[in-house]
This record gives sequence, C-alpha cells and structure tokens, in this order.
Amino acid sequence: MSRTEATTQFETVIGLEVHVELSTETKMFCACRVTFGEPPNTHVCPVCLGLPGALPVPNRRAVEFAVRAALALHCEIAPVTKFDRKNYHYPDLPKGYQISQYDRPLGTGGYLDVPLPEGGVRRVRIRRLHLEEDAGKSLHDPRLGTLVDLNRAGVPLIEIVSEPDLRSPEEARAYLQELRNVMLYAGVSDVKMEEGSLRCDANISIRPAGSREFGALVEIKNMNSFRSVKQALEYEAERQRALVLSGERVERETRHWNERAGRTTPSRSKEEAHDYRYFPDPDLVPLRIDAEWVESIRRSLPELPAQRRARYEGLGLSAYDAAVLVDERPLADFFDACLALGADAKQAANWLMVELQGLLNEKGRELSATRLTPEGLVALLRLIEEGTITGRIAKEIFPEMVESGADPRSLVEARGLSQIADREELLRVVREVLAQHPAAVEDYRKGKTNALGFLVGQVMKATRGRANPGLANELVRRVLEE
Amino acid sequence: MPISEDEVRRIARLARLGLEPAEFSALTAELNGILERVERLRAIDVEGVEPLAHVGGLHTVWREDVPRPGLAREAALAGAPDAHEGYFRVPRVVAHEEEEEA
Amino acid sequence: MNLHELTAHEVRNRVARREVSAEEVARAFLERRDAVEERLQAFITPLDAEAVLSQARAVDEALARGESAGLLCGVPVAVKDNICTAGLRTTCASRLLADWVPPYDATVVRRLRRAGAVIVGKTNMDEFAMGSSTENSAFFPTRNPWDPRRVPGGSSGGSAAAVAAGAAALALGSDTGGSIRQPAALCGVVGLKPTYGRVSRYGLVAFASSLDQIGPLARDVTDAALALAVIAGRDPLDATSAPEPPGDYLAALERGVRGLRIGAPREMFEAEGVDPAVRDLTVAALETLAELGAAVEECRLPTATAGLDAYYIVAPAEASSNLARYDGVRYGLRVPGADIVEMFERTRGRGFGPEVRRRIMLGTFALSAGYYDAYYRRAQQVRARIRREFEEAFERFDLLASPTSPTVAFPLGERTADPLAMYASDICTVTANLAGIPAISLPCGFEGGLPAGLQLMAPPFQEERLLAAAAAYERATGWHRRRPPLGLIASAGEGGA
Repeated sequence: MSRTEATTQFETVIGLEVHVELSTETKMFCACRVTFGEPPNTHVCPVCLGLPGALPVPNRRAVEFAVRAALALHCEIAPVTKFDRKNYHYPDLPKGYQISQYDRPLGTGGYLDVPLPEGGVRRVRIRRLHLEEDAGKSLHDPRLGTLVDLNRAGVPLIEIVSEPDLRSPEEARAYLQELRNVMLYAGVSDVKMEEGSLRCDANISIRPAGSREFGALVEIKNMNSFRSVKQALEYEAERQRALVLSGERVERETRHWNERAGRTTPSRSKEEAHDYRYFPDPDLVPLRIDAEWVESIRRSLPELPAQRRARYEGLGLSAYDAAVLVDERPLADFFDACLALGADAKQAANWLMVELQGLLNEKGRELSATRLTPEGLVALLRLIEEGTITGRIAKEIFPEMVESGADPRSLVEARGLSQIADREELLRVVREVLAQHPAAVEDYRKGKTNALGFLVGQVMKATRGRANPGLANELVRRVLEE
Repeated sequence: MPISEDEVRRIARLARLGLEPAEFSALTAELNGILERVERLRAIDVEGVEPLAHVGGLHTVWREDVPRPGLAREAALAGAPDAHEGYFRVPRVVAHEEEEEA
Repeated sequence: MNLHELTAHEVRNRVARREVSAEEVARAFLERRDAVEERLQAFITPLDAEAVLSQARAVDEALARGESAGLLCGVPVAVKDNICTAGLRTTCASRLLADWVPPYDATVVRRLRRAGAVIVGKTNMDEFAMGSSTENSAFFPTRNPWDPRRVPGGSSGGSAAAVAAGAAALALGSDTGGSIRQPAALCGVVGLKPTYGRVSRYGLVAFASSLDQIGPLARDVTDAALALAVIAGRDPLDATSAPEPPGDYLAALERGVRGLRIGAPREMFEAEGVDPAVRDLTVAALETLAELGAAVEECRLPTATAGLDAYYIVAPAEASSNLARYDGVRYGLRVPGADIVEMFERTRGRGFGPEVRRRIMLGTFALSAGYYDAYYRRAQQVRARIRREFEEAFERFDLLASPTSPTVAFPLGERTADPLAMYASDICTVTANLAGIPAISLPCGFEGGLPAGLQLMAPPFQEERLLAAAAAYERATGWHRRRPPLGLIASAGEGGA
C-alpha cells in the first residue's frame, strides 16, 4: 500500500492544556501589581520572593475570574475547593513548590463548541479548570548564565485541560482561537500569546482510524504562537505516523517544539519521572464557593463569542464574516457601536472588514491605534446612502478619517466632494465631454455600444468622481440619442 | 525494611539533597528505624476517617484585589548570592536545544 | 532586688508609673545577659548595647511625651531566631541562613514593638526548630541554667534559658510539637502554646505550617498572659489566623480553678519513657489542683501516644516542602556547582545539618508517589482521630493535665546519636499541636535539683481557662519563684559534657 493510503488510515488525537494569566490588579497570593515588561524584580515582596516566614493570602478577584472563566466554559463549579502544593525545584520557582489545585479543581466537566474552518462545530469537553500561581521568568544566556526575574512569580493563572477530543492540528488551532475569544469576552484575561498571558501545551497521539484505544501520548511544549501550535502538531503527527509505518514504536515522552528548526525534539531534562508530591497547602484554608455568588457571576457574564456570532448571522452576515468580526474583538465592539448608531449591518461589516482591515494590514496597525470612531464611519455610510457622495469618494476620504478622525461631512464640504446630481449641471459636463470625443460619439452611433462606457468614464473623470453614476449614464445616453 | 538504600538515593535526588556516598547507609538505617516505629500507625483503625489537613476549621479567607507597595529592588536582591543587572543569577540552566535568549 | 529579677509585669508597671526608666531596666538586663551569656550561650545574636538602649530610650521618650504605656513598655524581650526581625539577622540556627537579614518584621515583632517591648537579642534553637535539646543548632549548644552540663530542651532552648537566667524578662518561642513547653519545663519557666491560629505566623520561618504556633516563655503565668494579650489576634497576612477576638487574659488570672473538671489521660502518664519521679511530681500537682477546688479524674485518650508517630510523618512532610525554598538562588548560603542541579544539591546538602536532612528525607519519602496514602494520608487520618478524642474528652473535662516532658533535663550529648530517643521527648506535647489546642507548661517541682513541668491543655480558644488554672496553681505553690543558683552559673561553665 502506498504511503498516502496508509496516512489516511490514522487518526490524530489531541488534547490541550492551556494556561491563561488572569488580568487582576494584584498577584494571586500577595498585593504586588501584575505587570508586563517592567524592569526585573521591581514588583516583588516577601511573599512572591518566597522569603522565609512569608505567607500567601488568596486574591478574591482571581477566584472570581476563575469562576467566570469556568462558567463561560460550562463547567461545574466545585462548592468546596482547596489549594495544594506541587513540589519541584527550579530557579524561577521561589518557594520550591507551586501553589496549585490537585484533586479538587475549581471547575470540572465543561465544554467548548469550536467552530471549524471547514464549517460546522466540534464540541470539545473540558476536563478541568483550576487556579494556580505563575513562576518567574528565566533568561538563559550562554555567557552570563541564567537570569531570574520574579515580577511574574505569583501572577494568577488558570489551567484549562481539555479531553482528547481534537482530531487535527487545525482543530487544535481553532480550539485555541475560540478559547482565547471566550477568555477575552468573559473579561478575565488579555490572552496575548506573544506576552505569555496565553500558553499552550499539547498531548498528541495517533491511532488507526476507528480504533477506540489511544496511542502513546507525547506531550509537546514551547509552542509560542497559534501558528506554531498548528505547525508543531502537524510535524509531530507526521513524525508519529512515520514511526508507526516503519514498524517502530512511539515513545511516551515530553518533546519540545523548536520553532527555528521546525521540528520537535525530546526534552533533554535528566529529571527522573516527575514526582510532584502534591499535598494540601497548610498555609491556605479551603474555599467555599457560595452558590449565589456563582449565580451572580453567571448573570454578569457578557455575550460570549458563540452568541455574538449567532446574532451577527441573524443580521444577515455570512458565517465567515461573523466569525472574522468576533475573532477580532475590538472590531466586533466597533461594529456593535455602529449598529447602535443605526448603521446597516452589512454595509458596516463590509467597510470594517474590507476597507478598514485592508488599511490596518497595509500599515501593520491595530484599530485602537487609529482615530476612526463609530460615529465617523456611520456618518460616512449615511453620506453614501443619502447620495451626497459616491462610494468612490467615500473610499477616497476614508484613509484620512482613519488617520485624523476627521468628520466625513466636513471633509466633503471643505473639498467640494459632494455628488453632482443636478441634471442641468451634469448635462453641461456631458455635452462638453462628448464634444471633446467626437470619435467615440461616432463609434457609438455606428453601433459600438461599448463606447458608452468610455464616455461615462470620461464624465466621471471630468467631475473627479463626483457625478452620480446612474444619472451620468442616463444623460450620456440621452445626448447621444439626440 | 520499608525503604532500601537505592530508594533513599532516589528520595535524596528528589529533595535536591547532595549527600556524601558514605552517608547513605547510615541514613537508610536511621530512616528505617523511624519508619518501623511509625508502622504502629497501621494498627489504628482509620476506616472512613477524613484526613485532617487544617485544624482551625476556617474557610474562604481571602483578600481584596488592591495593590500595595512591595520591596524595593535593592532590598529584594540584598540577600542574593549572585545578582546581575537587577536579576538573580544562577549557573546556566540548559533544558532544551533552544531556549529563550537573554 | 536587682532589676533583672523583676518579672515582665513588674517591669512594665514600674516603667509605666515612671518609677524606673526603661533605659535603667535595659542596662540591668544587658549586664545580666552579658554576665550569663558566656556560660549559657542562649543567644545567636545578642543585640549590642546601643541597639538595646536606643529602643529603651525611645520608650522613655514616648512616656515623657505623655503617650500611653504599652502592655510591654520597657520590658526586655528575647526573640527566637526563627522569627523575622527587619534589619536584624534571622538565622534559624542554620548555616543556610547564617547571614540572612530579613527586610520585614514578623507580625508578632511588630506587635511587640508597638507594645513598647525592648528586644535584647535573637535566641538559639535547634536548626529550623527541629529538635528537643537545642543541640541541633548549627552554631553551638545552649546550656541549662540549672545545670550547664545539661540541655535546656528545645527547640526554643535559647529563649527558655534566657528567661530562666534573667537575661530577658520574657521571650518568644515557637512550638510545633512541644518546642515552647518542653524547654520551659526543663528550664523551670512558664511556656504557653496558644490555639492554632490564635497568634499570627506571618514572619515565623515555617517548620510545619499546620502545627507551628508562636507563644511566650515567661517567669510566671501573669507574664505569659501579658505576652499573649500583646501577640494574639487576627492578622490579614496569615490566612490561617483566627477571627475570634482575643480573650481578657489578664482578668482571667483571678478566676481560680474551683469547680473546673480536670482529666488526667492515663496514656500520657504511662507513656514509654515517662520518668517515675516526673510522674510523681505531676500527680502531686494534680492533688494540689484538687485541693484548690478542681475535680480531678483519670481519663483515656486511646490514640494519644500514636500522636508521636503521626507527628513524625506530618511535620517532616510539611517541612520537606517548606524548606524547599532554601536553594541558594535568592538569599542565604550558596555552594557553587557545575550546573544548577549540582548547585541545589550542594547548597542544601551542606547547608542543612543532619537532623534537618533526616527530616527532609523522611518527609519527601512520606509524600512521594506510592507512599503518600500509607504514610502522609494515614497520619492525617490518625490526626483526625486524635482531635476527635480530644473533643470527646473536653465534653467531660474543662482541662486535661499531664507531664510536659517525660524527663527532667538530660545531659548534653546523651540523645544526639539516637533520633528516636530524642523524638520521645515530645510524647506528651505533640498531641496538642496535632489537635490545634492551647497548652501551657508550668513549673511543678524539682527532681535532683532540676525542674519538672506540668502541662495543662484546654479546648480551642480557651486560653483564659488555661491561664486561670495555671495562675491558681502557681499562687498555691510558688515553684516559679525559684531561680537557678547564681553561683552555679558563674562557676560551673567548665562542667559541660
């Protein structure tokens, strides 16, 4: 049998472990500020430095955010939960243990409906969601050694563990994208993978299609972007297939994604099998999660991505357009603001996704870095709708609105860009144009009807695009027929 | 003997305790002496007894999410055996082929 | 009478009434401290005279300005060296922290300072509070003021010896399995372990977090009550600290024991290693309490002696995790190595002494995969049973009584080679830590010139009842007024083991 035939007979099975930093003001167990990009060791205290004698006290808001995240993922919330110590030594782990949750996680048994690129939805079960503290950051320099910054030590994290319900690297990427959206919409994290506030490890195995057994599980670490998640998993699935096809065994192990080399390599850690010696943290008492509190958090949950996509589709947007908007929350919020100002949904979506995105991509900018306001865009749409300006003029002035936040009406007035819809005025122009192009007029009269288009184009040119295109067409035809 | 000398070596690695090779046999004997004594725990009926992790009976103790000043960096680094430009410094950790570079 | 012979409350009252200045008191105690220190070695870091006197002068100035007198104003206090003091070396008697200067004060230290106490130094202890003789100090052993050839007990041996010898009017210690009460008994002073959560642990270098409590070592019960009144209370920095408001510990001293039902658990009187002479002294103390109007009766705590076994799993397990932070990265000793793992292993292997290493090994083992259920989980189940037995006993009794230590002070070196013999010192004390209940040790007589201690235990947050009974007993007997013979201290230093 050929290689490709064999390949199709395997199924890829993937589960993801995702860490999300919560966007609280302060750390999980101390009152130091949560920051990013500050000078090293400037947001530390006896607690997060692990100084002798210091004790942790949980951040209520971090617990609230974790509950919020768990609810957004349809998890059951444990009525009583607790913190455990996960013991291991690493230079950026100040206490020699990480405070985490072991056997009584805050959330269990949830799910996430993931819209798939090829259409349809995959329901991915969430096994558990728990709260923990982040470690510090290590920079490894060949000459200087390892440098440790503990500003990040103690930042609240949630770990979200999925069941192995994903069936391709592309699905894994889509899951991560949707999980990111949910965290962002739930307002618990800024989920920036490039700043490490969203981090992802994967478990991947392959098995003969149709089998219910799982193959040897390989854990993949160090995937630092959505793209690298997909690439790493594609590489790894292919590596495992090749091994099995050549009669070799897949080892159960942890592998490291090497972005530069584009491959996974075995982790070189000589650490004996992990033995984390979890036990209940004696410094922290159990948390009772009040049912009414949970309900009030549930009630305060904003519209989540799936709901928003459905709403947009209800407004007549395509599934694709709805997804594109929702994936880019600032854009979707902008869109909603336009709707609130009475904009036509399709028009607004079209302008945001085509004109605005085009400009942003061209300049590599974020929406937030522009001066464009929903009021401005809606005013522009209204000018087109009223017939005050043509679409072509609108596209002409749009970059300036994005750049300076200028009001489109003022721009149109100041530059005399309003449409020429006055019959007499336009008729004068038409006669001038026809007089300048006797050959084209002759052609038309000989039956070459495409000369009409040329002449209308010349009218538009002469008016610098301000002529009402329909009226121009009508008048050119009338004068020709005279 | 509840615990072998090899097991004692494994535990020492886990605890990151560097012991002299000569220490292991004496330590193994001492640990076994203690463990044999605590074997008496097995004689006590604890069927269905929930382990007691916290004696205080407290629950749900937390703080509000309000920042408070921590330590100045000089104070944070004052006790460091080695520091470099505001960082704690240790011998280079090499766990993987490719690591985040400083 | 020399000023250093005053109790803490006597010092406080005289300074508050401005009959004597805090500075004069401080000078007297400094002189005494320096006279006995060479023989006792109770202090790892005795504060230099100027540092002590400047605290005392600040107290005098505050009083002169008309500020109200704190509960410990002008009282010279010694602090065990596992309690963090900002700007003052805190070593835990370990090589690992030999030069560590905390950037913050423990909550109890803040409370001491606010109450006007004058800190005279940091006292010697068993390394990381692991031991019962203070011989596990990485620096030097402390000697018993009653007989310098003998240990002061431990782990708060320096604090007990300092108070017994008059080097401080009062001291703080910490008690994980008896580390306040046992040295108090062996040095003939009062030692109180409060209810778990009664006193903040913030700034106490953790040994076993679910068992550790800070408490006073004092010359009499009134001083213990005074100290507790200062240090007790909820602390938002310690999630395990109790919200219950502290009692009126000083008022409780007058309540007496009349009508109190006192149970004497047979298991603690008949435990292995209890010296018959010590048992007789304890029984005599119970008779005194009965004469004072208490109803004393024998009772049973069937699982009590298994407490020692549970303790020697739970405490090392927690310690193995609590001590994981000493890795040479951020503070303390670093022994260089070729790579990070070797650095960790050398730092910890050489920085910790043998007893600490032993307990880290034991605790790591008890938590490791495949052993957790058989050791750690089972020990915590036994612990639950012990607490249940205490709860049942306290349905019938207001207090429980036992010997504090099974023996009087033993000679230096006698038990250092045999961990199990050393651990046996805690047989009567560990259960109070496992159950989280308050317990006090007070002098109840002498055997061969060495003091013995009576232990009283009460239900959680019943420190007032404990202090009431202890004060009544103390008034009736006066054992606490005996002082170690000065001549012995001055001349017998060479007699060390």
